Amino acid sequence: MEKITVFTSTSVPLMNDNIDTDQLIPKQFLKNILKTGFGKNLLYDWRYIKPNVPNPDFILNKPERQGAQILVTGDNFGCGSSREHAVWALKDYGFRVIIAGGYSDIFYMNSTKNGVLAIRMPKGQREFLAQLPADQEMTIDLIHQKVIADGKEFSFDIDEKIKHKLVNGLDDIAITMDYMDKIKAYESKMPNFN
Amino acid sequence: MSKTMIDKIWDQHVIEGTEGEPQLLYVDLHLLHEVTSPQAFEGLRENNRPVRRTDRTFATMDHNVPTVDIFNVKDMISKRQIETLAKNCEDFNVRLADMGHADQGIIHAIGPQLGLTQPGMIIVCGDSHTATHGSFGSIAFGIGTSEVEHVLATQTIWQTKPKKMGIRVHGKMPNGVFAKDVIMGIIAREGVSFGTGYGVEFYGDTIRNMEMEERMTLCNMAIEGGAKMGCVESDQKTFDYVRGRKYAPKNMDKAIEYWKQFKTDDESAFDKIIDLDATQLAPFVSWGTNPGMAIPIDDVTPEIKNSDDKKAYDYVGLQPGTSLKDVDIKWAFFGSCTNGRLSDLKIAASILKGRHIAKGLTAWVVPASRTIKETAEKMGIDKIFKDAGCEWREPGCSACLGMNPDHVPAGVHCASTSNRNFEGRQGAGSRTHLASPAMVAAAAIHGHFIDIREEAI
Repeated sequence: MEKITVFTSTSVPLMNDNIDTDQLIPKQFLKNILKTGFGKNLLYDWRYIKPNVPNPDFILNKPERQGAQILVTGDNFGCGSSREHAVWALKDYGFRVIIAGGYSDIFYMNSTKNGVLAIRMPKGQREFLAQLPADQEMTIDLIHQKVIADGKEFSFDIDEKIKHKLVNGLDDIAITMDYMDKIKAYESKMPNFN
Repeated sequence: MSKTMIDKIWDQHVIEGTEGEPQLLYVDLHLLHEVTSPQAFEGLRENNRPVRRTDRTFATMDHNVPTVDIFNVKDMISKRQIETLAKNCEDFNVRLADMGHADQGIIHAIGPQLGLTQPGMIIVCGDSHTATHGSFGSIAFGIGTSEVEHVLATQTIWQTKPKKMGIRVHGKMPNGVFAKDVIMGIIAREGVSFGTGYGVEFYGDTIRNMEMEERMTLCNMAIEGGAKMGCVESDQKTFDYVRGRKYAPKNMDKAIEYWKQFKTDDESAFDKIIDLDATQLAPFVSWGTNPGMAIPIDDVTPEIKNSDDKKAYDYVGLQPGTSLKDVDIKWAFFGSCTNGRLSDLKIAASILKGRHIAKGLTAWVVPASRTIKETAEKMGIDKIFKDAGCEWREPGCSACLGMNPDHVPAGVHCASTSNRNFEGRQGAGSRTHLASPAMVAAAAIHGHFIDIREEAI
């Protein structure tokens, strides 16, 4: 997994609450059997008027927002379906950091498995970030748990174990394999009803 | 200190770690389907890892499958995803209810039906409606594909214990009010994220009096309120339901003795409690683009409070202050992991019996599994639907999410027994109104919703 420590980029504000994973990546794009190639269909129904015709009014399509790798958004982001394709689409599009009021539990876990940093931040601070000009860069310092933009610094909380994994780009399965003796010991004590 | 049922099951499954941080949990049952598993199997191949416990893993295809002419999958990408699951199951020796197999169906219907779902278990699946299985007194939740790969490789999962919320439901549900209305009523009142970070347990006399399939409906939609797990303590109804099924324990007495320990000590064990008086409930229908945007049938659609409401009204083509009895319904969908089980079909059929659906209305009946379909056919339920003008179809997820050929056309208002009314969920531009099977059946007859408590159906 790609590490994330200190990261600087421009951002895109999309302040709707409850952006569900059906919107992030609609069902017709879930049929790919790879993890790549989902970015072009991120937020498809909002982003395109019809196939291959971008909606010029939608913020992701604005010329000044191209290349931004931080998404600033509303509350309960990624609710609904468990599809990890939503995270793959965000990442494939280029987003490495999401700043929301909160996340669905499944989406949050999915983000941690893909090197995407999902930050929780109160509304006032997000509104400050959202009104910054398109060319304003912000720095995300995961080590010190800070978002720095336009001379201001905001702290954020993150679980220590998840932070350790993201900072070091660790793969969960490799970590778990170290516990195989304990897993087997657990299995040997399980009740048998047959 | 008092413990909840969730605490007791959770603590029993911890292999490593302390409460408050991610803990490594043992997974008793891992269910798979074709959409969220291909990349997980590919990850195993890349790292030369086997499926660690094939005896605790079970797969089926449900999201992509056609519900007519099932072996003729016309969408080549769907076909590849279906074939990929079949090949992965063969290569990794995983049990599969393949296309056309007697056990095939929506994964959340066949887990209970086959006796795979049992009390006291931790059950996961790459699908948010895994919450359904919590109705057996187990912990069950949806996971992402990276986690699917992790469970396949290790039979364990890293999770942080959620806070515990008790939802106390009491009183007799009025006539015309069902389990679907209980959960829709809770979400309408509390919002679509009230359960985020919580494991929810439903309890109280209303829940005790519910049959197993009603409890499944209830827990199924916990995720629509943000709670990734919703559960109900097991009782004699649970044990009777499991007994004798294909994969049920052979020594049921021993199993029941074990299962009985997973009970919430008392209400003080919950971090939060919310209360619902079921006697005050009415049939609910959703008007907007998330399941919280729902109203009792005798109410009118709400004022616009924010830009999300505005966006929802624009999408569904309605105005504030509208009665949902006045909206033209041109489509009806009976099915899904929420309300596609035999008891749901029976209720809908009892209303449709001897009647005909409205002129110009299309109604699809999609049993949640092949067993449900065949049982219904033996009982003559299919004939009631067909005589009423409905299409009787093969099992699958169908128009609940339209990953398959079953789409509701753009601009059409659909009365649906499913679980999500998100933009485009049932097809690009489709307008979904979630409701109970009885309400959908009545809407199909009249071409608009009616209050089934008052009006002659």
